[in-house]
Amino acid sequence: MFLSIIKNNCFSLISLTSILTSLFFDGSVIGFSLILLFLLVSFLSKSLNSILLTGILLHAFIFYLLDDVYSSNTSAGLWLQLFASWISAIIFVSRLAFLNPKIDIFKKIMVLVVPFFFGLWIILLWEILCVGFNVPQLLLPAPSLIGLQISNSLDLLYADFHQTVIKAVIPGYIYGCGSAFILAVIIDRSPFLQRGLLPIGNLVSAMPIVGIAPIMVMWFGFDWQSKAAVVAIMTFFPMLVNTVAGLQIASNIDHDVMGTWGSSYWQSLFKMRLPKALPLIFNGLKINTTLALIGAIVAEFFGTPIVGMGFRISVEAQRMSFDLVWAEITMAALVGSCFYGILALLERYLTFWHPSFHSR
Amino acid sequence: MNKIISGSTLPILSVLIFIFAIWYVGTVLLNSPFQKDVYKRKGVDNYSYSQLIGDTMSQKRPVLPPPHQVMAELWNSTVNKKITSKRSLIYHAGITLSSTILGFIIGSLLGIILAIAIVYSRTCDKTLMPWIITSQTIPILAIAPMIIVVLSALGIQGLLPKAFISTYLSFFPVTISMVKGLRSPETIELDMMKTWNANGIETLFKLRLPSSIPFLFAGMKIGIAAALVGAIIGELPTGAVSGLGARMLQGSYYGQMVQIWSALFFASFIAALLVTIIDLIRLSTLKRFGQVN
Repeated sequence: MFLSIIKNNCFSLISLTSILTSLFFDGSVIGFSLILLFLLVSFLSKSLNSILLTGILLHAFIFYLLDDVYSSNTSAGLWLQLFASWISAIIFVSRLAFLNPKIDIFKKIMVLVVPFFFGLWIILLWEILCVGFNVPQLLLPAPSLIGLQISNSLDLLYADFHQTVIKAVIPGYIYGCGSAFILAVIIDRSPFLQRGLLPIGNLVSAMPIVGIAPIMVMWFGFDWQSKAAVVAIMTFFPMLVNTVAGLQIASNIDHDVMGTWGSSYWQSLFKMRLPKALPLIFNGLKINTTLALIGAIVAEFFGTPIVGMGFRISVEAQRMSFDLVWAEITMAALVGSCFYGILALLERYLTFWHPSFHSR
Repeated sequence: MNKIISGSTLPILSVLIFIFAIWYVGTVLLNSPFQKDVYKRKGVDNYSYSQLIGDTMSQKRPVLPPPHQVMAELWNSTVNKKITSKRSLIYHAGITLSSTILGFIIGSLLGIILAIAIVYSRTCDKTLMPWIITSQTIPILAIAPMIIVVLSALGIQGLLPKAFISTYLSFFPVTISMVKGLRSPETIELDMMKTWNANGIETLFKLRLPSSIPFLFAGMKIGIAAALVGAIIGELPTGAVSGLGARMLQGSYYGQMVQIWSALFFASFIAALLVTIIDLIRLSTLKRFGQVN
């Protein structure tokens, strides 16, 4: 009985010991009492509000500690309290993960809140370790430095974004996915072509198509056209394979129903088969978001006008100005996630009927 | 005969022939401007079309090399060269393959461990899963040059930085399909394990892992192709001197289209080979499990 309490609360106990010892090494009393409060609440209470409230207080305290880290006013007590609050944050996140709010909106918010705190913690840890241990900027710049660089070079970042994303990725993505979609609808009418093209399409999807980047750069020149071409070719085959597979989902019963209603080929295509194919079409579109960004950035390694995300990253990495490289990476990550997120939202909106979206 | 018509051999063959036909037409169209230029400079006015077509097929630096030129280059740089020679594609492929396989092994192990953590801990499921998906929306290649420069500043060079990129690309499919696989046992089977008083680890090794094997191989097939792409791309930003990616980079510096195409074809050949090997391992494993006849 006693053992099992220790086993279940080992994190709380570690945290408790470290704040108690921190008092002997110039740890602040505010920190001690805050973490103690959080531990008590998380141990005693099962309600969402109290855990959330003390958890947010805990995080506010960490930001308060950051101030001391910046002024290099660090003592053993401070590190112990940071460690304790890190452990408490793990408890906090795992408590949040186990909560099952009854109200729908809270459920939706919780899906975002838990990973958000995890991400926040990674960034905080990164910041604290970088600043506290004086990690050379060459190895890993602190997040605050990257943020500063982003706000300082917004113009440059926007120019790169415009060159790579607006001029190359989006047109290439539309051409590649659009033509693959049209071809898929065409070959769907011919089983012969399906049997011939699908195995080849599957094979090509597994191939390192990025390798055509140098060829495209030689054909279409250094500017955005060559990048758009690479993106179009890279996105073509995943989209083709997924759309063709999607169009085959409709079963005989579905076809018979449409036949009973006397629908023509096009009617049954638009009203029954394409909607049924949407989950797989979105699958292809979502896979392609990353491929499109990769294609454009890699093509820029092979030659580019002096603007563009891939160009900036490879040049600045060689000049060792890593804060700018990280700023570009942050932007690439944001663009990639937004691109994916928009498609995921659209998918949810259009394929709400699919079993994978039913809440359980 | 009926089998040939209803099977997929004939369709695939005809699609391939169609692709080659387009390729040859493209060769003539794309290479003829340069060839006409050559004729003009040489003062040859009355050339026949067959002569023009023949010449576009055998240029030294074509815009689009015809298939037979690529094949000849492939043959030359694999069979006719010693493996240790720097002009042998097999030598370059070996370098790329070593980092591919190292990265793939690390990536698969990481993927399996992550999947087990996700299936067994709800905290991991809720916190890690969204970030694993986000990690793939970040174009890793954006980070590749920096990883390589930073690691070489730390004194780590050669295989590991490239393998890291392969790892990053290959762990994701393995994780996703392993999570699916580990969750594939039905409630009735899990209940059965409970009746036998099996603990978590026993359930993992005796039920969950065996039933996840088909999923694991499906993920590994995608993963190894991704790992190869990662290794090739990892060679680009360093200006590496060896490896298939380096061959492509050099080809693009010196305008050697034939070299790029042959490296590309060889890379595709290796991708197909790797996927086939994984598939064969899958088949023999499943046979031992008694799931395939």
